[in-house]
Amino acid sequence: MRYAETGYNLEIDLSRGNIERVETDPKLTELHLGGLGTNAKILWDRVPPETEPFSPDNLLIFAAGLLVGTPAVGCNRTIVTTYSPQTLLMAYSMMGGFWAPELKYAGYDRVIFRGKSPNLIYLWINNDKVEIRDASHLCGKGAVETEELIRQELKEPKAQVAAIGLAGENRVYMASIEQGRSSASRLGIGAVMGDKGIKAIAVRGTKDINIARPDQFMELCNEVLKYIPVRDKKPVPGVMPILAGLGSPAEMKLVDEEWHTQNFMWGNSRTRKKDYWNKEIEEKWKETQENVRTRLISCYNCPMKCAATISVPGISTYMMKCFSKLTYTMAAFSDLDFGFRIAQRATEYGVDGFSTPQVMAFGLELYEAGILTDQDMAGMPSDNEGRFYWLLDRIVRREGIGDILANGTYWAAQQIGKGAEAYAHNNIKKHEQLPLKLGMLNPVYFLMYSTGEKANITQIEGNFPQAPFPTMEEREDFVKDWIQVPDEKFKKYLLDWEPRGERSNPYYPTIEMSCEIVDWQEKMHYIDDALGMCAGLSSFPLKPPYHIHNYPAFISSATGIDIDEAGLTQITKRNRTLLRAVNVRRGLRRIDEKPPEDHWKKRFPELEEKLLDAYYKFKGWNNDGIPTKETLHELGMDYVSEDLEQRGILKNEQG
Amino acid sequence: MSKVKKKVKVIKIDVDKCNGCRACEVACSAFHAKPKYSSNNPARSRIRLIREPLKDKYLPVYAGEYAKAECTGKDKYVIDGKEYDECDFCRASCPSRDLFKEPDSGLPLKCDMCEDDPPQEKPLCVQWCLNDALTYEEREEEVEEEVKLEDVEIGLESMVDKYGLQKVMDTVARMAKKE
Repeated sequence: MRYAETGYNLEIDLSRGNIERVETDPKLTELHLGGLGTNAKILWDRVPPETEPFSPDNLLIFAAGLLVGTPAVGCNRTIVTTYSPQTLLMAYSMMGGFWAPELKYAGYDRVIFRGKSPNLIYLWINNDKVEIRDASHLCGKGAVETEELIRQELKEPKAQVAAIGLAGENRVYMASIEQGRSSASRLGIGAVMGDKGIKAIAVRGTKDINIARPDQFMELCNEVLKYIPVRDKKPVPGVMPILAGLGSPAEMKLVDEEWHTQNFMWGNSRTRKKDYWNKEIEEKWKETQENVRTRLISCYNCPMKCAATISVPGISTYMMKCFSKLTYTMAAFSDLDFGFRIAQRATEYGVDGFSTPQVMAFGLELYEAGILTDQDMAGMPSDNEGRFYWLLDRIVRREGIGDILANGTYWAAQQIGKGAEAYAHNNIKKHEQLPLKLGMLNPVYFLMYSTGEKANITQIEGNFPQAPFPTMEEREDFVKDWIQVPDEKFKKYLLDWEPRGERSNPYYPTIEMSCEIVDWQEKMHYIDDALGMCAGLSSFPLKPPYHIHNYPAFISSATGIDIDEAGLTQITKRNRTLLRAVNVRRGLRRIDEKPPEDHWKKRFPELEEKLLDAYYKFKGWNNDGIPTKETLHELGMDYVSEDLEQRGILKNEQG
Repeated sequence: MSKVKKKVKVIKIDVDKCNGCRACEVACSAFHAKPKYSSNNPARSRIRLIREPLKDKYLPVYAGEYAKAECTGKDKYVIDGKEYDECDFCRASCPSRDLFKEPDSGLPLKCDMCEDDPPQEKPLCVQWCLNDALTYEEREEEVEEEVKLEDVEIGLESMVDKYGLQKVMDTVARMAKKE
């Protein structure tokens, strides 16, 4: 019997219309755990690096993490993996919600699509019965609308549906996959889904998920349940409201947006409004939010309330979470009411709420600069909000200028030319970033921004505070119950970290400490992404219920595979290194590893080079960011170094 | 008849506090797995969350008695502008729906308030509901002591009422011969 996992994958060949249920190798679980780790292994083995993202040979993998479907609190994530049309590197985007557990209960750990369907289809997984069904009647339908239509059509209200909207169908590089209150939005995976001709995947399951050592496992779950309210009653003082508690940022609950509106950038990530927030705006926004927010809701088996049902009078209901509440608002220099309204349309179209507003603001900036002309923008309304709706409609339909903007700021700037490249200023590895511009270089964040495989800061930051606490008293108070640290030395790093003076950014934390802090934070994300655990209860917040000390017992008691901290660290390193290898094989090099030029006002080129040198070494990579033969050997991945050597990426003598 | 004290176990359901997470289903199905906690599967849970997020319908319902046949007429309720089917509130394991039945055998399920040895402080669904949509209360009620009739006796009594004692006895005797 297999524990925690089902031991089966669904293999769908869309070109031939073939469906297979394939038993998986338990050894892979021991090596990679599941989720992101195993996805990377499949991509490495089966998709040659020359493959174009929109090739039938590209795979689109939907995985439920290893512990999804078990009672592990907050473990419900789907990890979607493919090659990104935007970065051309490995894309992994994830979503919470209810889809992944349903897939496990249907008896599968993942669905692997290959080929391309000649017509728009949807997949219906109902336990052992799996069908490819015609979706031509759903062509052009909104993502949320599609989910409802499919449930009605199947007469199965309990089916969980992940769907794309018009953006995915039209292969827009910012296209998301939507699923109820959740979405897998980053890196254009919705475009790959549309390219393969998949409108949606509906799943319903009524089978058991087994636990190897039930009593121990439930005891651990109960400890997490006990800890969450305790932690809830002790918000971390001295940090911005969304970082004080657990969960993914509680944007739906909180109305105080002083921090975001005054520190994040408006428009095309350039304009800071230092004195924006006042009592009047606070009251107005509070009223807006409370009027449209029907209920705070969660994902499967999680007590948090990170999302909300949003019903704006006159437009259909949708669900929202996290920061998309403000991305449209701020990109358009508008207000919260506009943000909630346009997000509804954007959710139905299925687009990434981070990249899309920035792409539109970028387009308008180019127009104001005269790089895009009246002819390019023919038909655009004159009011600000109207322009955003107009651009959104053009982008998802790939009409006129929308066809160019649909490729994101990097590729659009290349196509437009005439100096447009300078306006695509907020990218890492061709991918739009949070609209955040700061003063002094932070060495830890420099490394995370530069080297994160997903090119998305929230996917690597977390357990270590973002900034030093001003007083020793606050620091001592913080480290008092900081049990999550993998090593006591991290407490010292924090205690010694000052806002100003000798022990402050950019030279403190020191290079060595910075490497260790980044490595710890990243490790936690890689564990979460293999298990399907929500970062909001683990790698993202300060002092979370899941950490490196209780994770080994969770995994061991659920799966029956004996793992200790060292073993878990080794698996994580293997997964991390394999992702790097996948991307290296697709051309990623040191030269690509840099934050946006203007991310910090004060930059330190010499220090930054040293940071990268040290970090690569720390990770067991060579000075170009390529894993060395020794590292790969130690991780049991000689097959990777052989391949890299054959391609001349790793030189034989270099080792 | 004399009065006796009886302990009544009550789960209070506050639907306004429900965040829709279905942890109650997870905990219930894990508790009732054999061996305990060895598996989980919401389809086996004795509490189900009727959940329609876009309509803001969240209704935890507990498994009650087995019903042989579905009701003929069905009513609709409108509460706070939300339309509910009568079935949404019904606890029965009934042929009209797939709730409260073992998914493989189809056998009916019924909430037992997590009877356990040693006893649980509260049913598992309540323990796992950190949002207090489900809370547990025990109250004592004074009830009149009565002779509890066996199920068969209740049935027979109603037959006797309807057809008379002699007819029922004749019928039983004839049925006994056939056996």
